[in-house]
Amino acid sequence: MDLQKEMRLRRLNKFFVYLVLVLLTLICLFPFYLLIVNSSRAHSEVQKGFSATFGSFFLPNLRNVMSNKELPVLKGIVNSFVIAGSSAVLATYFSTLTAFSVYVYEYKLKKFVFTFILLIMMIPNQVYALGFIRWMNQLGLMDSHLPLIIPSVASPIVFYFMLSYMQSNLPLAMIEAARIDGASEFRIFNQMVLPIMKPAIAVQAIFTFVGSWNNYFIPSLIIRSADKKTLPILIAQLRSADYLKFDMGQVYMLIFLAIIPILVIYIFLSKYIVRGVAMGSVKE
Amino acid sequence: MKSLKQRKSISYSKWGYVFLLPFFSVFIVFTLIPLVSTIYYSFFENYMSGLTQIGPTFVGLDNYKTILFETDLPKYAWNTFFIWILGFIPQILISLLLAVWFTSKRLDIKFSSFFKTVIYMPNLIMAAAFSMLFFALFSDVGPVNNIIVSLGFERFSFMESVGGNRGLIVLMNFLLWFGNTTILIMAGVMGIDDSILEAAQIDGAGPWKTFWHVTLPSIKPILVYVLITSMIGGIQMFDVPQIFTNGRGGPNRTSMTLIMYLNNHLFSKNYGLAGALSVILLIATAILSFVVYRNLTEKEAK
Amino acid sequence: MSKFKRIFALMLALIMVFTFAACNGVDDPDEPVVTDPADPGVTDPADDPDPDPDPDPDPDVPAVEQGKVLNVWGWNDEFKGLFEAYFEGVPDDVEVNFTLTPSDDNAYQNALDEALLSQETAADDDKIDLFLVEADYALKYVNSPYTLDIINDVGLTQEDIAGQYTYTQEIVTDSNGAIKGTSWQATPGLFAYRRSIAKDVLGTDDPAAVQEALSTWDKFYEVAEQANEKGYKMLSGYDDSYRTFSNNVSSPWVDEDMNIVIDDNIQAWIEQTKDFSDKGYNNGTSLWDDQWASDQGPEGDVFGFFYSTWGINFTLLGNALETPLPDGVSATGDPDAFKEATEGNGIFGDYGVVEGPQNYYWGGSWLCAATGTDNVELVRDIMKTMTCDPEVLQTITKDTQDFTNNVEAMEELAADDDFASAFLGGQNHIALFTESAKGIDMSNISPYDQGLNEGIQTAFKDYFNGNVDYDTALDNFYTAAIEKYPDLKRP
Repeated sequence: MDLQKEMRLRRLNKFFVYLVLVLLTLICLFPFYLLIVNSSRAHSEVQKGFSATFGSFFLPNLRNVMSNKELPVLKGIVNSFVIAGSSAVLATYFSTLTAFSVYVYEYKLKKFVFTFILLIMMIPNQVYALGFIRWMNQLGLMDSHLPLIIPSVASPIVFYFMLSYMQSNLPLAMIEAARIDGASEFRIFNQMVLPIMKPAIAVQAIFTFVGSWNNYFIPSLIIRSADKKTLPILIAQLRSADYLKFDMGQVYMLIFLAIIPILVIYIFLSKYIVRGVAMGSVKE
Repeated sequence: MKSLKQRKSISYSKWGYVFLLPFFSVFIVFTLIPLVSTIYYSFFENYMSGLTQIGPTFVGLDNYKTILFETDLPKYAWNTFFIWILGFIPQILISLLLAVWFTSKRLDIKFSSFFKTVIYMPNLIMAAAFSMLFFALFSDVGPVNNIIVSLGFERFSFMESVGGNRGLIVLMNFLLWFGNTTILIMAGVMGIDDSILEAAQIDGAGPWKTFWHVTLPSIKPILVYVLITSMIGGIQMFDVPQIFTNGRGGPNRTSMTLIMYLNNHLFSKNYGLAGALSVILLIATAILSFVVYRNLTEKEAK
Repeated sequence: MSKFKRIFALMLALIMVFTFAACNGVDDPDEPVVTDPADPGVTDPADDPDPDPDPDPDPDVPAVEQGKVLNVWGWNDEFKGLFEAYFEGVPDDVEVNFTLTPSDDNAYQNALDEALLSQETAADDDKIDLFLVEADYALKYVNSPYTLDIINDVGLTQEDIAGQYTYTQEIVTDSNGAIKGTSWQATPGLFAYRRSIAKDVLGTDDPAAVQEALSTWDKFYEVAEQANEKGYKMLSGYDDSYRTFSNNVSSPWVDEDMNIVIDDNIQAWIEQTKDFSDKGYNNGTSLWDDQWASDQGPEGDVFGFFYSTWGINFTLLGNALETPLPDGVSATGDPDAFKEATEGNGIFGDYGVVEGPQNYYWGGSWLCAATGTDNVELVRDIMKTMTCDPEVLQTITKDTQDFTNNVEAMEELAADDDFASAFLGGQNHIALFTESAKGIDMSNISPYDQGLNEGIQTAFKDYFNGNVDYDTALDNFYTAAIEKYPDLKRP
């Protein structure tokens, strides 16, 4: 092909590519832009119409939302944070432990364990939600945060990820050497293996945290008291609320609080997060 | 006296079991028991009438018959499928496109990490909050309608039109997931052996041919993985339509999904029907799960 | 090695214990199985809910030891506000605890039901003593053994409640004739019209004249046509007139065979609303949505709204203002601050009220005494003061403009020329309400009202919108109804 033609075609091609990318970026970012703008405007301003510029009502909206008696937002944030944080810690620690078991040790049921965990990996917790809430009721664990945290100990997806990572990064020889040195298995795991697993743990901790933070279905069935509610439940409450209480500035502010902190963390850690997603799907 | 080696190997195996204990005991208590009891509940008639409980009385497969033939379950299954596929097709196409672009050495896109960061971002958003945001933005008196009116058109009720309502849910699902899919496919593409691609280039294959005959087949396992996990996710579709339509299921229940329907039964404490529905969903996801399992273990074997 | 065996065995044992508990729990029903569906709740006379062996406390005889914590459950702080402002008889050693769960998503009833079901095993300090219910679902609790007979169990006398409007008692009377609740409110409904629009359409804004023009549904229809010609809408949306129709049905929602019955009046609502929607006499809104609220404000073009007592001073007032009331300023607060904040604000003063084409009531909250309460005496005191004492009730009306449950007190205010509402352009709406309250007939309520009322409005919204045809809307209604109440049947 004529060199000039080819260059033009290439440039056209590139132009098209950038166009699509920019368009997608705009579609992705536009709702958030509106969110930030509207959470800085007062209810009456929001009612009046669309505006592309920021208002000056951000702090008052924040204050109103925080002191709203119907919506215990501060408690909600704390609750969400505690549950998500604990879940992240439990999920990563015990998944690594379980992966360690399957990776390092030889025992009769090993193959079965691995297969079993893979099989249950994709079963959504909605299909056993019914039994779950009745059972928690019988155990007296309704309206408590425990049923939302403890199950994270058994996280098949995190397990699989950790196992994959171990297979490429944890030489068995190292374990052998430590044993010869006289270290107990627990010590080997806690003091030698965990540090090596740090990158994987970091990535999975983020994913588990975010997953738990955003979780709505099961918490909505378990939590009753206002002071135990998590953010998604508060958002749902807002959606079905009496119009009288609709201060749109507050509505946008609440959504802001539910979304933006995670986004900020993400922007700082995005490199690792994106890498983590890819890590989980590729095997060396 | 047992040899040193023999004693060591026995005691180490024990450790294997010990380290499994937390996972499996939590699993049994918090997953297995609920699962078994859900299946158990599905065979009983059990619901509340006011403050009194009717049942539980054993009714065998009656709940299944009721839910499959006497309710609108097929309609909700269709809604779930339809909304899912409308979101998934653009999702996979655009993700493939983006993945190819991002990994193409020829194109060498600038700011690619910026773009990657932006498109993955929605995946971390709380679906409930995202729906609430869209509800506020697209409501009859929201900013989008304000823009529409100021451009001279008539107010359009997104919430009350079947197309608008479902369309927005589709859009939300797309935005939430296409970034994730792109990264996954990218990882798959980057895993393709360079030598194969070079060989294709030497053979004179253009970009389209290379894509179609080399890239696609090589990433087939990833594509299957993405398809099936997306399906499983689709079955679970709840947060977005629930918050968006406030549990109503949109105009004429056209946006009511399977899990929203299950949720209704859980709230009206109809444990018999909820159990039957749960078991049906369990069977569906178990089948899909199995396909994922096979897909993964094939990858293992490779 | 034995250490691991021990840990292992312990874990295994724990798991087995849990599994046993699960199996046992699953087939153990919490409640006695009810086989007679037509009578939900009251079945076993041996289950006498009366905890208080002495229903007629003689002040000389030492009373049964009362609890130290009074637990009151509700879904908003309306009663809490009134209680704190007007009730002074709380003993020093008793703590009053309000548990408020918003009613969205049925959360309030869910929480209340669970608590009531475990009332017997709850600690005394945790037992519910008083709880609030709305009319639509009152029967669910009234007909259950979880509420106390206010005469025989709580200790109010016939004289005490003689001053109340009878319909407020009918609502909470169970199938055996026992009254199981009481209210401080009566909530007769009226039609609130825009004076300025009425002047334009009818030539007058005088309440008597406007009432004449709206006194029957046919006449209402004519006014709608006239309003349309002048470019106004008669009503805001689909649900505005619902209550007026639904309160005047001649048969309950559910018949003896558990069939769902759509009364002629409900049918009439469907037809009128469809007609209005097609002809553009309404704005297609639903109650409580953004557009509905803004229709009541300065930008609205709607002739009027069906509203009841609490609605007028609570909702309509707020929506009529251009600038919202500043924090802390309200109708029950400082009158001067209130006057300053409302005069000339938006269309404050542009509304008037008339009885409208049919008498109806709308909403209201009732107090029920929970079975198993350990504070019966305090409960009785509260009920007596807050729902029977004419002075207290009249004060509440004077302060809040809410219509209270005492015929004598209300009629006094009705006759009082000085009692006027600035919001309603100087009209004495209490006078009008007393008339309307007399005509309310509550003999056709059922325990399924809440779900069915909501259900039919939701299902037919699609029909009014033009999204589905009549039969599909009807199908959707039945589906949703049976989903919510599995014991009902489709005719």
